[in-house]
Amino acid sequence: MRMLAFASRNRKELTRDPLTLLFGVGFPVVLLILMTIINNSVSAATGVADTTPQFQMDNLMPGMMVFGLSFLSLFGGMLIAGDRDNSFLMRLFSSPLSAWDYIAGYALPIFLVALAQSIICIGVGVALGATLSWRLLLALVAVLPAAFLYVGFGLLLGSVFSYRQVGGVSSILINLAAWMSGTWFQLELIGGGFKAVCNILPFANAVDLVRKAFSGSGDVLANLLITLAWASVIFVLATVVFKKKMKQ
Amino acid sequence: MEAIEIRGLTKSYKTRLAVDDLNLTVHDGEFFALLGQNGAGKTTTIKMLCCLAVPTSGDALLYGDSIRDNENAVKQKCNVSPQETAVAAKLNVRENLELMGQIYGLSKHDAKRRATELMTDLSLLDRQKDKAKSLSGGMQRRLSIALALISDPKILFLDEPTVGLDVRARRELWNCIRALKGRVTVVLTTHYMEEAEALCDRIAIMHEGKLRAVGTLDELKEQTGLNSLEDIFLNLTDAEVEL
Repeated sequence: MRMLAFASRNRKELTRDPLTLLFGVGFPVVLLILMTIINNSVSAATGVADTTPQFQMDNLMPGMMVFGLSFLSLFGGMLIAGDRDNSFLMRLFSSPLSAWDYIAGYALPIFLVALAQSIICIGVGVALGATLSWRLLLALVAVLPAAFLYVGFGLLLGSVFSYRQVGGVSSILINLAAWMSGTWFQLELIGGGFKAVCNILPFANAVDLVRKAFSGSGDVLANLLITLAWASVIFVLATVVFKKKMKQ
Repeated sequence: MEAIEIRGLTKSYKTRLAVDDLNLTVHDGEFFALLGQNGAGKTTTIKMLCCLAVPTSGDALLYGDSIRDNENAVKQKCNVSPQETAVAAKLNVRENLELMGQIYGLSKHDAKRRATELMTDLSLLDRQKDKAKSLSGGMQRRLSIALALISDPKILFLDEPTVGLDVRARRELWNCIRALKGRVTVVLTTHYMEEAEALCDRIAIMHEGKLRAVGTLDELKEQTGLNSLEDIFLNLTDAEVEL
């Protein structure tokens, strides 16, 4: 009950922020539309249908589902850091809320925004030419570990950094997620050590997991385990740091 | 039973002793001021009493419950209005109050009823639909106090309740605080002499973490032989003075 009341407050704070709507929902949709237009223009100009396969909607939409989630770490981090900066958390810490109430109360609404964002991406993707099949549901399930990961990043950033710092640090994370996920270019184009590092980190694995779940091709187990492992580590780390801050 | 019994309360950080062996009693229903300049240890004392900071040594009993051994019982008995307004900016006045009520275990219905009572008491009813961030500084302070009262605490801690407010807003807030007399024990920190004089039954003067004096204004005058609280404060907090 207490946790749900707190989660409800956080949902309102998130959804009443125009930044959340603009970047959380609007930006991925705009990028999907923009990339489709660019891809079509390039194809028309060159006469080749598949000049940039990662921008084919069946590839781009899963990538965008995951990339869009990276913005949630920014929103979640700003919410928590803001509560710390203006002493709202100090007021709450003097209440009977438990550490679990805080973590779940912050994570739950961010998770719900993540789900809504993924569903909107799927809807727009289908409207722009993604294959309409039951595998879209699998893609939605496959995006959950990535949602878990970025919710964890949000909790961690908000617990460690101040409101002003969170924006800068999150933009680094968002850039890492963009460059190392294989959403915008094929990692094979660079290859070598870069690709090896990308394969260890969660960003490309999370995208590959959703792409494979949607296309039905390839083994997802390694992608799933790596993404879940990172998500668990980040989430546990965030919980430990948050609890430590509570004691301070 | 005494509202607060502080016994040898001490808080030290790596390089600084914030509160040094504080011994103090606050009576039931009393309005009590902790007066001191910035860094005197007032806020740290309040944080320890609200279980927001763990004492390095010593203990305090709030209506018989130890801040060390019975944190949950203490948290149910007291509430705090922090130095910053500490409101949920994008929630309106009513939503802020209902949220805090539910966090303290009230049902939705009871939280709604209690929110209406407090908005009436603190003249916030006509602003109930306004987002907290749109309120003036004085209104936000009133909301902050209302949020602290939603749990119907036995002890209310007000940390620098009027800092940064203009004269009119300060006087209005004083009236709100005075109206609490008889309903709750109030401990407020301030560095405004006139605030302590206007609102409080007894005053404790802190300096560099130590308690320099405690008593009614008349008692403090008698103890020091001085006629104004300002003179008493300056005399007791002079760096050369060692009691």
